Amino acid sequence: MKIKQLSIFLQNRMGSLSKPLEVLSKNDINIRAMCMADTSEFGILRLVVDNPEKGKECLEKNSFLVKITEIIGVEMNDTPGGLTTVLNVIKNNNIDLEYLYAFTHEKEGKAILLLHSEDIDELITALKENGITIVPSNEVYNL
Amino acid sequence: MIWNEKIETMSRQDLEELQLKKLQKTVKRAFNEIPYYNNKYSQAEVYPEDIETLKDIEKLPFITKDDLRESYPYGLFAVEMDKIKELHSSSGTTGKPVVSGYTEKDLDTWAETIARGLTMMGIGKNDILQNTHGYGMFTGGFGVHYGCHKIGAAIIPISTGQTRRQIEIMQDFKTTGLIFTPSYGIHLGEVALEDGIDPKSLNIKAIGFGAEMWTEEIRQRVEEIFGAKAFNIYGLTELMGPGVGVECEAQNGLHIAEDIYYPEIINPDTLENLGSNQKGELVLTNLEREGMPVIRFRTKDLTKITYEKCECGRTHARISRITGRSDDMIKVKGVAIFPSQIEKALLRIGDVEPHYLIIVTRPGTLDEIEVKVEASQNLFFDGIKDMMSIQNKIGKSIENETGIRVKVTLVEPKSLPRFEGKAKRVIDERDLH
Repeated sequence: MKIKQLSIFLQNRMGSLSKPLEVLSKNDINIRAMCMADTSEFGILRLVVDNPEKGKECLEKNSFLVKITEIIGVEMNDTPGGLTTVLNVIKNNNIDLEYLYAFTHEKEGKAILLLHSEDIDELITALKENGITIVPSNEVYNL
Repeated sequence: MIWNEKIETMSRQDLEELQLKKLQKTVKRAFNEIPYYNNKYSQAEVYPEDIETLKDIEKLPFITKDDLRESYPYGLFAVEMDKIKELHSSSGTTGKPVVSGYTEKDLDTWAETIARGLTMMGIGKNDILQNTHGYGMFTGGFGVHYGCHKIGAAIIPISTGQTRRQIEIMQDFKTTGLIFTPSYGIHLGEVALEDGIDPKSLNIKAIGFGAEMWTEEIRQRVEEIFGAKAFNIYGLTELMGPGVGVECEAQNGLHIAEDIYYPEIINPDTLENLGSNQKGELVLTNLEREGMPVIRFRTKDLTKITYEKCECGRTHARISRITGRSDDMIKVKGVAIFPSQIEKALLRIGDVEPHYLIIVTRPGTLDEIEVKVEASQNLFFDGIKDMMSIQNKIGKSIENETGIRVKVTLVEPKSLPRFEGKAKRVIDERDLH
């Protein structure tokens, strides 16, 4: 259920994003979703890939600093207010989200929201109790 | 004007005879009175009677800052405490500080060297000297103070800081001479200009510089700002304090007070003595010190020496401006920092194998220091907040260790240069060379 996300430390300078992506492409690893958190000096590149373990291994071989972080994906309606519905559940359960990002895929009318909070299990429970569909990790890896 | 004409203009031959006599006396006293020298010289099988010429000094082992530190606090004193009048010490940011002890006569000798230097700068009894060097354990403050008393000028012991008050006093007290570190001097000048006061309109006629490395450009800048000549002053707490060397009006090297300090230049790698005009590490010996004679101290400061007679008429040798260090010490804002301190600070916060690079710059007039640290598994979290707090933690740890606030930048693993031999941990971009 939990998705293994790759978090990669990068310096904020020209071209620093292309190197890890090249490594992944050379190793035939496909990126499903990505987001970037950055400051003026460094950033954290967060990736969901089809094979997280292999991704980590080949990035580390190329001297990148990588951590595997657990996140979850939930399905939401790809309509106005779809995101708000999910966020309201989280807010009403007093859960502090660390970050989130979203993407759409071939499933008509639906989008996937990726979420991270300090206590992932608590987040899962709250979402489930409110009837929100948690997307199995395999579905996200192999969209 | 020359303060001590007889000594400062004596023929090289007479001077060398005087130096030899004083050297023999110093080595004999050190050997007889200080167990450190007795042990070290006995081990090296060299004895006071082996010093028959000045060149024989090369038979004696060197003494380093570490040796001085190991003798903390009073291990190298040659007299009982009832003869010691004053104690000073280096900042001691790396382990134990070095303590320097002075007898009444030592304080007078110290004042003599500064008196000569102030006279070289054109400061005399009618002048008013504002001393912005810190008063305290740092030798810069009191050394200048005693020398100023000796020549009979009025001293304003204002010490460092309170920049606007400094400027007000310059105006109201009609200061004619200033003593400062180059970076503080430029800062002073800029603050005055900001406040609409042209430093040139003050009465400053001479400036003494010390305690920092600087360039000819910085000198020109200071001279331009204040409309006065600026003179280099060199010294070390270990040997006494400021006044080891001072520039005369020719501004062409610093005259070493050679009847008081014996200078040598060595190759820091082979430790062989070098000739005149060859760049190497300055080694100094106290020829005239009662409290704590230091013999063949490796200063780690790089310079060269000339024995040619100066156009000012003085015969004492001149060293060039210090252009670097033979170790990796850096001086930032007047504070000595060693890369090992940064390493210690990183280890403390859990960086198992620290890779770092220290970059020193001077964007305006003040030094800035940036420490680049390679991020590692222990220093990496999947959250910007956590990363910022790690950066802060590193900064705090370095500040605790060095006393200096630095900018910390986390960089990617293996992005800093690797070295096969001794790592180069410092990049000094201040252009001081």
